Amino acid sequence: MLSIENILETNRMIQDNKLDVRTITMGISLLGCISEDGDRMCARIYDHITKEAEYLVKTGEDLERELGVPIINKRISVTPISLIGGASNLPNYVSIARALDQAAKAVGVNFIGGFSALVSKGYTEGDRKLIASIPEALATTDIVCSSVGIGSTKAGINMDAVADMGHIVKETARLTADRDALGCAKLVIFCNPVEDNPFMAGAFHGVTEGQTTISVGVSGPGVVKHALESVKGEPFDVVAETIKRTAFKITRVGQLVAQEASRRLNKQFGIIDISLAPTPAVGDSVAHVLEEMGLEACGTHGTTAALALLNDAVKKGGLMASSHVGGLSGAFIPVSEDKGMIDAVTLGSLSLDKLEAMTCVCSVGLDMIAVPGDTSAATISAIIADEAAIGMINNKTTAVRLIPVPNKTVGDIVEFGGLLGYAPIIKVHPFSSEEFIRRGGRIPAPVRSLTN
Amino acid sequence: MKLVVTVVGQDRVGIIAGVTRVLADNEVNVVSINQTILDGIFNMIMMCEVSDSADLSGIQKALIAEGDRLGVQILAQNAAIFLSMHRVG
Repeated sequence: MLSIENILETNRMIQDNKLDVRTITMGISLLGCISEDGDRMCARIYDHITKEAEYLVKTGEDLERELGVPIINKRISVTPISLIGGASNLPNYVSIARALDQAAKAVGVNFIGGFSALVSKGYTEGDRKLIASIPEALATTDIVCSSVGIGSTKAGINMDAVADMGHIVKETARLTADRDALGCAKLVIFCNPVEDNPFMAGAFHGVTEGQTTISVGVSGPGVVKHALESVKGEPFDVVAETIKRTAFKITRVGQLVAQEASRRLNKQFGIIDISLAPTPAVGDSVAHVLEEMGLEACGTHGTTAALALLNDAVKKGGLMASSHVGGLSGAFIPVSEDKGMIDAVTLGSLSLDKLEAMTCVCSVGLDMIAVPGDTSAATISAIIADEAAIGMINNKTTAVRLIPVPNKTVGDIVEFGGLLGYAPIIKVHPFSSEEFIRRGGRIPAPVRSLTN
Repeated sequence: MKLVVTVVGQDRVGIIAGVTRVLADNEVNVVSINQTILDGIFNMIMMCEVSDSADLSGIQKALIAEGDRLGVQILAQNAAIFLSMHRVG
């Protein structure tokens, strides 16, 4: 039987420590919508998504009410659109992005991801059209998210794509300059992208996935921080155990929601993404978890070790709590979406270079980082290349979501609103990477032994 | 469906009477009650059973309205969330 303590603990996690299920994401294959006639294809895409996801939001809201745990987002991911558009007569894919936007709004979800291309080794015609369409697509739609995979451990890094993406990020910023480059917050550049990630902006429904799946992303940095407050001064063995136990409990809630949602919607259960995803709200910060371990400010020496322990313990605790774990599982460190990270940047404790080091051991990469508007395309490409190299060599997913905010510079603050938060503009190195990026070509896949 | 009803707030006369009347009116059977007063704060957890076809949303609304009248917070949740989190298997 349940004890009173159990019930009160769960409700305290929800009410005081901001435990929530971050997202229920429905992955929808659009392979059946392919058509040579572009208009017809867009109509098919709209019809298919609205039919498959008709009850997604209602089911999420029902579960939220019934279990008493907030389910913050309901989202959709689709097959990478470069694969869908490739056979069509469309000159560009902006019309597909609009069809996705309209379908997502019709069913009431928060975001739809999958305006994506995977180009680790090279471009197809569809990839080329999709990437060229990204700036206009993100500027003229509201809730479409885009991602591009430019490298992997098996394929190496496509440096032509890296160079192109620097320009695409800049152009997206220019076209959404009136909204502080908000378009860039919806664009992720990946190395080793995963096909079942339920989190935005990088979600897409890979071709190895089923027809329609339900995946859930859990959250709960506030719960972990609260648990660590009770083991102040204890050795790291105790810290790791405490995080594992907490992650287990958090993930069990995600597993329950995923199972129930897939049963009620009659769709395949995909995966649970065991993640500590922060929000800008007080008490929902990954940086504060790291500081709770004994760091004066996130970003100081010791931060990478603290994050490594956190990331690993979250996975270990969550693994047994769920029947299928996948996605990006780990601790996210998006700057603008985390009150502690924002404060650490403002304080001068957290730099871009330290964030890069942290991405070696966190779940993803350089996320939601606002940089000066005059940052060159080559510098953005070089940051992408560095991050991709970390992912390629360490056999992990890494990503870059940078926002070069027009007419803003170091010291300014940019506001995105809602879960996307706000961020101080962070300094980038002033020295040029132009010649490095101009080389193009491919960085070969790395050797997998002699790993020193 | 197993339902957990949690009531927390300033103690006063008639909290149990008020809550159980709403439950009775909605065909919710109370299986066990655990109630204490801590520092003047009323804490009660009721394990209940209700038909799977019951209008849970309606029951929750009625309980919240009663909670507003009594000045206490009332939650009614499917017990599955507690069982998942605190029980393996």
